[in-house]
Amino acid sequence: MEFINEAKTLFKDNIRDYGMYIALFVIMLTFTIMTDGLFMSSRNISNMLDSTGYIAVLAVGMTLVIVIRHIDLSVGFVAGFLGAIAAILLTGMGVPFYITIPVILALGIFVGLFNGLLVAKFGIPSFVATLAGMLIFRGALLQVTEKTGTIIIKDDGFNAIGNGFIPSVMQVNGLHLLTLILGLLAILLYIYSEISTRTKKINYQFEVVSKGIFIVKLVFVSAIISYITWILAGYNGFSWTVVIMLLVVVVYHFLTTKTVLGRHIYAVGSNPEAAHLSGINVNKITYIVFGSMGMLAALSGILFTSRLQSATTTAGTLFELDAIAAAYVGGVSSAGGVGKITGAIIGAVVMASLSSGMNLLGVGVSLQYMIRGGVLAGAVIFDVMTRKKRG
Amino acid sequence: MSGNILEMHGISKEFTGVKALSNVNFKVEKGEIHCLIGENGAGKSTLMKVLSGVYPYGTYEGDIVFEGSVQQFNKISDSVKAGIVIIYQELALFPDLTVYENIFAGNEIKQGGIVDWNRTIAEAKKMLDKVKLDVNPEILVKDLSVGKQQLVEIAKALSKDVKLLILDEPTAALNEDDSENLLDLLGELKKQGITCIMISHKLKEVISIADKATVLRDGQTICTLDAAKGEISENVIIKNMVGREIEDIYPKRPNKTFGDPVLELRSWSAYAVHLGRQVVKDVNFHVKKGEIVGIAGLMGSGRTELALSIFGNPKSYKLQGELLVDGVPKTLKHPSDAIRSGIAYVTEDRKGDGLFLIQDIKNNISAANLKRVAVNGVINDNEEVKETAEYKKSMYIKASSLEQVVGNLSGGNQQKVSLGKWLFVGPKLLILDEPTRGIDVGAKFEIYTIMNQLIEEGMSIIMISSELGEVLGMSDRVYVMAEGQMKGELSIEEANQESIMQLATQ
Repeated sequence: MEFINEAKTLFKDNIRDYGMYIALFVIMLTFTIMTDGLFMSSRNISNMLDSTGYIAVLAVGMTLVIVIRHIDLSVGFVAGFLGAIAAILLTGMGVPFYITIPVILALGIFVGLFNGLLVAKFGIPSFVATLAGMLIFRGALLQVTEKTGTIIIKDDGFNAIGNGFIPSVMQVNGLHLLTLILGLLAILLYIYSEISTRTKKINYQFEVVSKGIFIVKLVFVSAIISYITWILAGYNGFSWTVVIMLLVVVVYHFLTTKTVLGRHIYAVGSNPEAAHLSGINVNKITYIVFGSMGMLAALSGILFTSRLQSATTTAGTLFELDAIAAAYVGGVSSAGGVGKITGAIIGAVVMASLSSGMNLLGVGVSLQYMIRGGVLAGAVIFDVMTRKKRG
Repeated sequence: MSGNILEMHGISKEFTGVKALSNVNFKVEKGEIHCLIGENGAGKSTLMKVLSGVYPYGTYEGDIVFEGSVQQFNKISDSVKAGIVIIYQELALFPDLTVYENIFAGNEIKQGGIVDWNRTIAEAKKMLDKVKLDVNPEILVKDLSVGKQQLVEIAKALSKDVKLLILDEPTAALNEDDSENLLDLLGELKKQGITCIMISHKLKEVISIADKATVLRDGQTICTLDAAKGEISENVIIKNMVGREIEDIYPKRPNKTFGDPVLELRSWSAYAVHLGRQVVKDVNFHVKKGEIVGIAGLMGSGRTELALSIFGNPKSYKLQGELLVDGVPKTLKHPSDAIRSGIAYVTEDRKGDGLFLIQDIKNNISAANLKRVAVNGVINDNEEVKETAEYKKSMYIKASSLEQVVGNLSGGNQQKVSLGKWLFVGPKLLILDEPTRGIDVGAKFEIYTIMNQLIEEGMSIIMISSELGEVLGMSDRVYVMAEGQMKGELSIEEANQESIMQLATQ
């Protein structure tokens, strides 16, 4: 009885955080039933994750931009443009992919810092500053692809990022071995870190959740990781896109939750004046957040270009709006100071699941847009309502 | 003179348990200039809000009789229709609209829903003539000086056929010439039969212009003085304003020993670029180790600006003069510089620029000094919880846990979080700006106790306060500010309510 009561209070206190996971679960379950299990097939899940990678990394950066009360509309065409530059470097100049990628990322940071400069130094509203950037990079993309049209990339190393999978080492009963090993490692790492956190807390004599709840949580999360691993191992294993996506999430999650920098970002978002008077350099934080956004836009461009194995004249169109939608579905608030990296990634997967599921069901594009719009509005309404209740 | 234009009988108004006004009687005779006087928080503004319908009929007790009939104002437009217009201290003009658009905003001259701009401009000119303001009605309000903007506000009131004009500290933001100009105009309007209520802190103005003056204190009418009977003098007003005994809620400190100056300002001036005026003028000032220095003064006297010029040093201030920390000249370019020099500033507006309301107690307390609980930029969560919990305890913060969101705490507890945040930095000089504004007596006592403990530990405190009782009860030395200047420095023996008021209302 005590166990159930504790579970109930935990659930109530964290309804806002759990809301998204529940929504994702419901969406996935519905599509799985409606498609007779086709939705959760290894192949579909693998494809879905690969096709959402370039939006997910943008959503991560966008979440931080929105947390500090700004917006970045330029990311779509920055991704498109830098993707085209990557294609030119690879094909036209024969630069190897392992040099191209860092160069493109550095260019992304540079573009982001420039946006930061306009916003922080000149005080231009970010909406306008990045709208200008959007137009400029749209033009730039057209200009570099004008003569050649679509640039086909033949570099296998580069193309693997968007299409390749990590090597298998060997197949076990038709399952991808290295993927299984990585999944197992992830579970072990997760259990280890949870136990060590709990032990440290107990050493400080802080309150912790009861052993029962703790074990249920460990088993539950481990089961989910195993399930996803097992599904992906049944197809081609982890793709490079998924690996990159996970890496971005882990690094940003750590930065935002564990570091001084992360705390300062949220401080600036929740009250810029108070942050300034607390000795936080608000301009510096603005530069860092826009710089990171630029870098992730470059990464998004690399993922997309590599997935298409070519740079097109329209690459990046509407990426920014998909990323913003994912961030909002993930629980970010335009009032500032609220929004999680894990939320952003779940938001991106929710939106991708909707597209993928509706495609499988043969829902027309017109209806798809409307449903996705409805889900976006619904998610934000849920967010506002739960916040009021707690407020 | 022909009887009373306004009579307010037995007005009482409560805000969730706090009595802001209790049984106030206020009578204004037709055609007079009547000044309303009282300390900050005495209930002047509340009374005027009752009168103008900001607090609608039914939310207060008592009657408003205007021109002989009982009025029931439900909203501001009702009182405007009756001929009562208030001009607030913060002007309610649209800076990016023209003068004539402002004068007739909300009261447009129109024909069939279409605004007749030509007539509007012509009428606006007439109104400007009445207030003796010689400007082109087509220029933008933001291009006028504050004094001229005030006149536009009055012109706007005149356009509404005002019978009773209420001015809330009209000269607070004006220089001397503009103030005199304005007072002359009020005399003119009086001749035209317009009755005027003026809220003012400047006693000299009151003496020069008022026909009558009513003093409010702690939400009650103390007396109404009549100039015709020679009752209005500085001493009489001040005595009636402050008259209450200081209650003994100020804990005593047994041993008072002061060290060398921790902070010193020499000919310190600050020019506020965004306001276009000098907010701090030629201030000489120092605080010694182990000393509580009180800065008294009325609202708008430049105390907060002084604190910001020391600590925040916003880009919008141009500074002059010398600032010495521990005898060493320093240039503090950013709050982080001030913090590094050991200075902390607990802001006046804890909700606006003090706290992160959507974050929890823990994050707020550690916000200004995360380094203390971090290694290589990575926060040690457990250490943070442990150390902030100590401040929650020593600051007497009443909350169920450290994870409670600060926005949900009471004012007193928020203030203690704000204080805790700065003590977490370990400063040697603490600047407290209105440390007990809007909090209950119990929490006040706790904050005073904490202040004394900090002094015992060797800290120094600058306390900016509008509450004279607090200044006298806690300080070791008192500075009085007015119009951005230090009007005087008083030892605690010399300081009393009268001497401070005298300096503050110069």
